[in-house]
Amino acid sequence: MSALAPCPSLLAIDGLSVAIQGTDLLREVSFDIAPGEVMGLVGESGSGKSLTALAIMGLLPDSSDMRGAVRLEGADLTVLPERALCEMRGRDIGMIFQEPMTALNPVHTIGAQVAETVRLHRRASRAEARAIARDRLDRVGLSHIGLDRYPHELSGGQRQRVCIALAIALRPKLLIADEPTTALDVTTQTQILDLLRDLVRDEGMALLLITHDLGVVAGMADRVAVMKSGQIVESDTTEALFRTMRHPYTRALLAASRPAARVAPSTVGAPVLEAHDVARHYGATRAVDGVSFTLHAGESLGLVGESGCGKSTLTRVLLGLEPADAGRVSLLGTPVGPEMPTAARAAQQVVFQDPYGSFNPRWRVADLVAEPFHLTGRPADAEAKVIAALEAVGLAAGDARKYPHAFSGGQRQRIAIARALITRPKVLILDEAVSALDVRVRAQVLDVLSDLQKRLGLSYVFISHDLSVVRAITDRVMVMQSGRIVEEGVTNEVFFNPQAAYTAALINAAPVIPEAWLDGHVGWSWA
Amino acid sequence: MIRALGRRALSLLLALIAASVVIFVMLQAVPGDPAAFMLGMNASEDAVAALRAELGLEGPLVVRYLAWISGMLGGDFGTSYTYRVPVAELVSERIVVSAPLAVMALVLSTVIAIPVGLIAAARRGGVADWGIMGGTQLGIAVPNFWFAMILVLVFAVKLRWVSAGGFPGWDAGLWPGVRALLLPAIALALPQASILARVLRSALLDTLDQDYIRTARAKGLSRRATVVRHALRNAMIPVLTILGLQFSFLLAGAIIIENVFFLPGLGRLIFQGITQRDLIVVQSVTMLLVFAVILVTFLVDLAYTFADPRLRRR
Repeated sequence: MSALAPCPSLLAIDGLSVAIQGTDLLREVSFDIAPGEVMGLVGESGSGKSLTALAIMGLLPDSSDMRGAVRLEGADLTVLPERALCEMRGRDIGMIFQEPMTALNPVHTIGAQVAETVRLHRRASRAEARAIARDRLDRVGLSHIGLDRYPHELSGGQRQRVCIALAIALRPKLLIADEPTTALDVTTQTQILDLLRDLVRDEGMALLLITHDLGVVAGMADRVAVMKSGQIVESDTTEALFRTMRHPYTRALLAASRPAARVAPSTVGAPVLEAHDVARHYGATRAVDGVSFTLHAGESLGLVGESGCGKSTLTRVLLGLEPADAGRVSLLGTPVGPEMPTAARAAQQVVFQDPYGSFNPRWRVADLVAEPFHLTGRPADAEAKVIAALEAVGLAAGDARKYPHAFSGGQRQRIAIARALITRPKVLILDEAVSALDVRVRAQVLDVLSDLQKRLGLSYVFISHDLSVVRAITDRVMVMQSGRIVEEGVTNEVFFNPQAAYTAALINAAPVIPEAWLDGHVGWSWA
Repeated sequence: MIRALGRRALSLLLALIAASVVIFVMLQAVPGDPAAFMLGMNASEDAVAALRAELGLEGPLVVRYLAWISGMLGGDFGTSYTYRVPVAELVSERIVVSAPLAVMALVLSTVIAIPVGLIAAARRGGVADWGIMGGTQLGIAVPNFWFAMILVLVFAVKLRWVSAGGFPGWDAGLWPGVRALLLPAIALALPQASILARVLRSALLDTLDQDYIRTARAKGLSRRATVVRHALRNAMIPVLTILGLQFSFLLAGAIIIENVFFLPGLGRLIFQGITQRDLIVVQSVTMLLVFAVILVTFLVDLAYTFADPRLRRR
């Protein structure tokens, strides 16, 4: 991990500025990457990280206006004609993206997609290209997956490996990874990060790692640059950056990414939502297998586990959208199921990860928030209730007249919470409700949720793959694996002293910043 | 996948049976007695009744329906009232004009639409895109029979490149036959090509926004190669749907176009059948066309599973 050494840089970005339709999106961005070096680029969404990557690749939208220089081994890429850029892309610089589920073409086999990179840049027969594709897929740990498989037949982690294989097919000098693990589970994230680290070491590749997650860069990068509003506000070797934290923005990012653990379990009341030995099968698959729990009034219960563990199925059963094949669920004493009366449903509401997908874009916020009234009948003071709900989540009364596109991601999630609150429910099911938000926005939404719980005595079922968030907001936590609850207990105890091997694996998989680097910066720590 | 196709085939079979009932019942309700029409104004009632019996127009509805269906299954489409020859014979004479016309129109519309749609999508918002969007709007709005007459005026009357109508028969050779079908095929194809090009353009634009297009560009594919290798096949899925739907419009359009160009095809046969109350001809040829449309629908379903591997599992 040699860093800062003034060795000839592989990539040198010098005064890069990008404006799209008159809006400055990147301002005087400059940094270098040495051969074999891992550079972390950190910032929130909209800070210009991805735009910087696209500018390096020469893939900015046509309408953008770029100034400055991007030099690869001394040659300025910004003056190259498109044809030369095509030759450079994939051969000298490979790139992988955030969303492995959609990054591969659904109608071509994975073998063909990896081999295409080879045949684009090299004179290789079909058989030679396939042999190279096989070798590269083996290298990324997919030796058991055939070349003729289609992307939809693979899991998210496997698809990201395919994306890596096609980006490194020709052993490029630089790999740009734009949020490569954000869409993946913690354990899959660890595997993909390990793979990237090995590739850098074995193939002598440099890596530009773009992420919002400070824990990820702490474990991966030699140097880190922090981006805010299109500018690099701070840049140093990784350890030095974490130890000094000169810029207030860096400190704010760190604080928000490590939400304080819940201090003391709040006092709990009577049971509100109960599940007894609930099971749900799809054919031979036991998606949910004998789950029991009791949620009390004013309590927060976490549910963690990886994708495919049965969290989503359990959520649908708890909401009464799917029947339980065995066992029963009751909400305030009423049996929950597809045939339950609509008025009873009003006592339990749900907030999903992506509120935008569940908002009709042509409805005003007032109509969106008032929608659950179809369960209870529209009261005479509906408008006043909508405004009260909006104000409860920190929005203004005037926002009721706007359309959803006028709001940011965090504000939309507040609207979704307001919509869930409108029927005065006792239970809120929060299904990855803050997972898509930036750390600072996420911290704000978590504050709103804590505040609402205190004031309204709400009970939460908090479903998430993000352990730090679960730790911050829940009193008790359940760990789910293959449809079963493998561990359940008071959140702090489970985190300090996990009993199940799977829980320990999940906790250990979460990338962390070494504590020694953070002495004096923060109050809370993992250990 | 085999089971899914089996289910699909079964539902199409049911559609076919339903269509046959509707066609049969509707033609029973058409005013005008074929026998009275054939014998003229002065025919005696006895003569008309005798002819009705001979034509198989007497007896319970269900019996006549079953006789018609079982006959068709065995290749017997009945005997034309006016021509006094088996309908199957009439159909086989006419289909050699109509089938090549439909295929030519379908091929032409696809051959025109694909490059036009590609150019419009690639030059989104540019002059070419505006021109194509305007042109295709016109192509959809203009009725094909009017367009057919314009084609005749320009290419047959003024330029004298082709004849204004009629069909020399395939005995006269391949080229004279194709030449006679060229204008009608263009007239049929142009509105279809306009629709197809617009659908392809919007499907391509949707596809070009997908993440895997960005992946392809990051591999080093040029813009054009990305469109052809990665976007086109994904965009073909909605286009296939439209292509299947258009086939029935093509057949319906052929009835008018064949009359404009005096082509002895199935469309003219139906038209003559209607005007002469030759109901058995109308009934059988309509059924044949329905069968063709349903067959094409099935082929489109098959094509889906080839175009999109995600559909193969189900």
